[in-house]
Amino acid sequence: MTFLEYAPAPESTGLLNLKDSYGLFIDGEFVEARGESFATISPATEKTIALISTASDEDVDAAVAAARRAYDSTWSRLSGRDRGKYLFRIARLVQERARELAVAESLDNGKPIKESRDFDIPTVAAWFFYYAGWADKLDHAGLGANPSSLGVAAQVIPWNFPLMMLAWKVAPALAAGNTVVLKPAETTSLTALLFAEILQQADLPAGVVNIVTGAGATGRTLVNHPDVNKVAFTGSTAVGREIARSLAGTSKKITLELGGKAANIVFDDAPIDQAIEGIVNGIFFNQGQVCCAGSRLLVQENIHDEVVARLKERLSTLRVGDPLDKNTDVGAINSAAQLARVTELTAAGEAEGAVRWSPSCDLPSEGFWFAPTIFTNVQASHRIARDEIFGPVLSVLSFRTPAEAIAKANNTPYGLSAGIWSDKGSRVLAVADKLRAGVVWANTFNKFDPASPFGGYKESGYGREGGRPGLAAYLKPAPLGSSAAAPATPAAPATPAVTAPRSTSARKKAAK
Amino acid sequence: MSHLAVQKTYKLYIGGAFPRSESGYTTEVLSASGTFLANAAKASRKDARDAVVAARSAVSKWSGATAYNRGQVLYRIAEVLEGRRAQFVAEIVASENVSAAAAGTQVDEAIDRWVWYAGWCDKYTQVSGNANPVAGPYFNISVPEPTGVVAVVAPQDSSLLGFVSALAPALVSGNTVVILASERFPLSAISFAEVLATSDVPGGVVNILTGSARDVAPWLASHADVNALDLVGANALDWISLEIAAADTLKRVLPPESGSDAAAPALARIQAFTETKTVWHTKSLI
Repeated sequence: MTFLEYAPAPESTGLLNLKDSYGLFIDGEFVEARGESFATISPATEKTIALISTASDEDVDAAVAAARRAYDSTWSRLSGRDRGKYLFRIARLVQERARELAVAESLDNGKPIKESRDFDIPTVAAWFFYYAGWADKLDHAGLGANPSSLGVAAQVIPWNFPLMMLAWKVAPALAAGNTVVLKPAETTSLTALLFAEILQQADLPAGVVNIVTGAGATGRTLVNHPDVNKVAFTGSTAVGREIARSLAGTSKKITLELGGKAANIVFDDAPIDQAIEGIVNGIFFNQGQVCCAGSRLLVQENIHDEVVARLKERLSTLRVGDPLDKNTDVGAINSAAQLARVTELTAAGEAEGAVRWSPSCDLPSEGFWFAPTIFTNVQASHRIARDEIFGPVLSVLSFRTPAEAIAKANNTPYGLSAGIWSDKGSRVLAVADKLRAGVVWANTFNKFDPASPFGGYKESGYGREGGRPGLAAYLKPAPLGSSAAAPATPAAPATPAVTAPRSTSARKKAAK
Repeated sequence: MSHLAVQKTYKLYIGGAFPRSESGYTTEVLSASGTFLANAAKASRKDARDAVVAARSAVSKWSGATAYNRGQVLYRIAEVLEGRRAQFVAEIVASENVSAAAAGTQVDEAIDRWVWYAGWCDKYTQVSGNANPVAGPYFNISVPEPTGVVAVVAPQDSSLLGFVSALAPALVSGNTVVILASERFPLSAISFAEVLATSDVPGGVVNILTGSARDVAPWLASHADVNALDLVGANALDWISLEIAAADTLKRVLPPESGSDAAAPALARIQAFTETKTVWHTKSLI
């Protein structure tokens, strides 16, 4: 054994107590769906974990009706204080069942257990804890005194951070006093259904949260349902565009968190050891299946060769394999379809003239795998520099001046996130000012916190999740002139409007 | 067979321990009808000074904890308080001569207020701080920070609710506290110390003194290592003299409040014990 070889250290799945098949969670109960069931598989082995139901239009109708009843009869009448207590309970139950949820997440999604255990699930608990505290403080949300909830929220979430995306959606919605119908992604419904059990343990009133599983058609029915007041979607820009189009002319309030093609800008005075780690984390975290992944590395020309050499050295030490092994750095790609997309785009990269490199690594024979990959000699016109790959693939470009770095970084229809690496604070802040991106990380990357708003500019969507803007997204001000609107507390600084102008040009399709 | 009760010795709470008063003095605590309930420790000047030392030594750990961590620790206090609800109800009934229902309402409200304040830990900076649009190429942000050690004279007319209503807001931002319990109703405060001692609160973050506020408050008001003074329960004291004494080291002072809802929940009570720090950083020209 060399120092890089580790004995297998698989996390046991013995603590899971899964059912063979799952129904829908409507009105506080698991119920049978009218649609066909489908298998959810482990992307690392392609073995079936459980059968998941497809919610039909009637099932979605029943879920929305349950959410409406719960809104009218219970949840909107409950004090903020009591809503908060339910959310605190949920946060604690998630903490108590954290390991179980982490194992289920890695099994179903393919992400390394060290990520689900140390990042996804702790973030879920933190999200509920943070928004629990907001439930009785809505006067401070930035909308003036006595803001009101919207009603029933339809929430559709992606497969890359299944339970975490659920928390980002459900926690603020409930804190603000809305009820929810949530549709998890088709390939990763499992932890949402375990979460439904947690809701039962928390004794959350029936119908406050309803979970309908299924594919795109179920989601489409849900967001277009006439009795829904709020739509929150995280996923691809193509679907986000479709939702915005189909909801035009309705009064539904919308939050869209869509694709990205983030620039990670490395200046020649960057702390190079940290930068290498940050670049690796930025693009290989969660196999690169992250909407804000630092997929375009912009390196100052005079350190380009050194950075690329250091990156190759570092990538050679990444361990690719069993998601449930505690030493795994890079797990499985979530689905065959996603693997096909990554394979197709990387082939295009080679065909267009970029230079491809991967470390030698043995990939398992079953499951969906893709070796960490770096492309050099990438031109701004290449598809791998423009399209969201959503996989463990880094495109390296170079620049000479800060102005050139900014121009290249902004040369994308997306605007979700960006990274800056430099030891010079004044430069970091000046560059951050000029980047058209909703989140800018300086000398770090992929940092998330419930207190910190997250969301994109341009075609990365609109609205923010996290922080006060994430709460305000589920509220409306008290009607003008009503006594309720009189300031009850000292005015807090206003939250900027979160709806950014957007282009409607359908430039391309992209996975989130 | 009846069980003969084992009665509790009510002591002070300083630095995470339960010492008797250094003075060796106690005061009798009587029920409303005049029957003996317990002997409470009568804190001395030396006890107050020990408490300030303990509070000061706990500032870096408590204020240095993440807001999320502080919020969870404070929430844990509410969980433990809820579990001891019956004990507090019984103690309040005996002390204040109120019905069990009224005592229960007081305990419930104390728990709910505590949860309300716990939730502010990772939010008050978002509401109280802000970016400042200065006219120049500068990053400029103002953030509230804890002031340090806060001395509190707790409301005198209630056992538990007034006590927690004065204590919780000072803790939210990361201050540590020396608090003088109600002179007439001190028992709930010491029982609350047992809640704190079993709730992951680092020793020294809260220090609780019982006895005569008239005797001890002046030493806290004039103590040079105390940063702020909450006189919410000092109505019956010569509180103007206390405020004058506090002026020597320019302590931040909150005035006495009267009525049953003294120290009502307010963001202002959190902000009163914070300092606003503004940071400028240049932005280069590109």
